[in-house]
Amino acid sequence: MTTSNPITIPERSGLGATLSDIAVIAQRNVIKIVRVPDVLVFVLLSPIMFVLLFAYVFGGSIEIEGGSYREFLIAGTFAQTVAFGATFTGAGIAEDMQKGIINRFRSLPMSRIAVLAGRTLSDVIYNALSLIIMSLTGLLVGWRIRGSILEALAGFLLLLVFAYALSWIMAYVALNVPSPEVIANASFMVIFPLTFIANTFVPSDNLPGPLKVFAEWNPVSAVTQASREFFGNIPAGTPEPTAWSLQNPAIYTLLWSALIVAIFAPLAVRRYGAAAKN
Amino acid sequence: MNSTTAIEAHGLAKRFGEVEALSGLDLTVPTGGVLGLLGPNGAGKTTAVSILTTLLEPDEGEATIAGADLRTEPALVRQRIGLSGQYAAVDEILTATENLVMVGRLYGLDKKTARRRADELLQRFRLDDAADRPLKGFSGGMRRRLDLAAALVASPPVLFLDEPTTGLDPRSRTELWDVIRELVADGSTLLLTTQYLEEADQLADEIVVIDKGRAIAQGTSDELKTQVGGERLELTTATTEGLDRAVDVVLPHTVTGNRDDIELKPASRTLLAPVTGGITALSAVVDDLGQAELTITDIGLRRPTLDDVFMTLTGHDTSAADTDPAEEPTATPEPTR
Ligand SMILES: Nc1ncnc2c1ncn2[C@@H]1O[C@H](COP(=O)(O)OP(=O)(O)OP(=O)(O)O)[C@@H](O)[C@H]1O
Ligand SMILES: [Mg+2]
Repeated sequence: MTTSNPITIPERSGLGATLSDIAVIAQRNVIKIVRVPDVLVFVLLSPIMFVLLFAYVFGGSIEIEGGSYREFLIAGTFAQTVAFGATFTGAGIAEDMQKGIINRFRSLPMSRIAVLAGRTLSDVIYNALSLIIMSLTGLLVGWRIRGSILEALAGFLLLLVFAYALSWIMAYVALNVPSPEVIANASFMVIFPLTFIANTFVPSDNLPGPLKVFAEWNPVSAVTQASREFFGNIPAGTPEPTAWSLQNPAIYTLLWSALIVAIFAPLAVRRYGAAAKN
Repeated sequence: MNSTTAIEAHGLAKRFGEVEALSGLDLTVPTGGVLGLLGPNGAGKTTAVSILTTLLEPDEGEATIAGADLRTEPALVRQRIGLSGQYAAVDEILTATENLVMVGRLYGLDKKTARRRADELLQRFRLDDAADRPLKGFSGGMRRRLDLAAALVASPPVLFLDEPTTGLDPRSRTELWDVIRELVADGSTLLLTTQYLEEADQLADEIVVIDKGRAIAQGTSDELKTQVGGERLELTTATTEGLDRAVDVVLPHTVTGNRDDIELKPASRTLLAPVTGGITALSAVVDDLGQAELTITDIGLRRPTLDDVFMTLTGHDTSAADTDPAEEPTATPEPTR
């Protein structure tokens, strides 16, 4: 045989190819959410559980002057749930590594960012689903959006943007750990304190000194504060926050999100390119 | 590049900590050729394939694949290769069709073409009945075939198959061999690794035997067999002390007349001696054995198998399990994984 096979594979470069690859990967991940019953149940039930838990266990027990604590809690619950959504990103990537499919992707002429960008994108869909379910549950137990619809949408969008940024951190972590199990523990240890040392469930003013400062500058507080404002859920008579981060929570959240993506997306993509078989 | 060479690699080296997985491997595969990379566990086969498919960066060495430079044009290399790795890399949750369509799309095929290729390949690999089932219910052999199909989705000119038939039953293995032969007939260039000497013998034009990260022999199956020696006379005696007497009888008929060239397997009371002259030599030996009144239970001529090649080249068998301790004082323990 002296003639070489004509190359039928199209040259792959440019934004079009990258976007197409991202879409293919995201679609695959969404299929997995829908098809794996455990995952689906988790997506559907855990947000409902969180909302009900916070609404009834804590919501009735703490008084907030001039407003309802239950309403105050909702934005915090949203923020915590979408932050934990990043664990899902990490687990998905770690599993792909373990099953070896990452090696198939790495041997294909696909964009080097697509596996990670497709994953973080599909997790936006996952988080959006969680938000919808939580909102419906919230509405059932008495939560109300008191601002305009547009503002409320801005609140949801901000939550999704922030969660998206966190996904990139977990994507990077997942490429560096040996197994999916480690991911769950690792993210728990980071995300749990982040979401609790914040104004998610108690006003940050109630926290003792150093924790209060941490909470004020914690981006989770900012995203919670911002969505609370966007939903019109800040009780009347609440004192103005003193920290800049909470006075401009939307901007502060966006800054953090941009910073996280700017650092972790390139790190993760580089790590993906170099990932050894285990 | 030289368009008649599909894979050209020089001095590939890779170490993992203390382990030198590859130390200076050279490979050349002509366009349309089949190279069999043959070696035992831990020889460095997967490492070589991983390097050539851009999954692993070599510490040293360079390679050109289908005209693309491995170091400077890895993206181009990926456009021109298909890989079926040692462990099937397919998605459990997706169906067989979805898996292949996904791979096709990631090669840049449009939806329709990807779908058509998927259907064709599923038929060819007898997976069309299972096309729309998620892989969870697939047997190991089905997964393996799907993984191979995934490597072929874009009909890339150069294919890498890492132990493609490991874990398959004999029927599936023979079927896969047929598919591989078809691919080669279509003009694909193939680099295939295997631990099965028979497989290399069946499929490869050229065989590179590797052990501990280096090539220890290279050539066609026939050349390798010749390197080990031509025909050999194999005989089994009825008793153990008969074996020593048989050596004396056979010695004058051997090529070299050197006692050391007669291989003894005391455990099975068998000897192997290099001879020339085929049947003539055989009948002469039988005559002499009769004169010596030596009882034998079996005698025959045999061409060396690749197992013999391996034995001769490495001083140890291809797998520790097959090793007969009595005849194998120099056996080195296999690296465990
Ligand atoms: N990622 C890794 N980290 C550490 N050591 C490795 C790694 N990959 C391979 N090795 C070591 O390198 C050597 C060669 O391994 P390789 O997988 O290339 O062998 P192989 O010929 O494919 O073996 P097998 O037939 O078992 O698949 C072995 O000693 C192995 O333990
Ligand atoms: Mg291997």
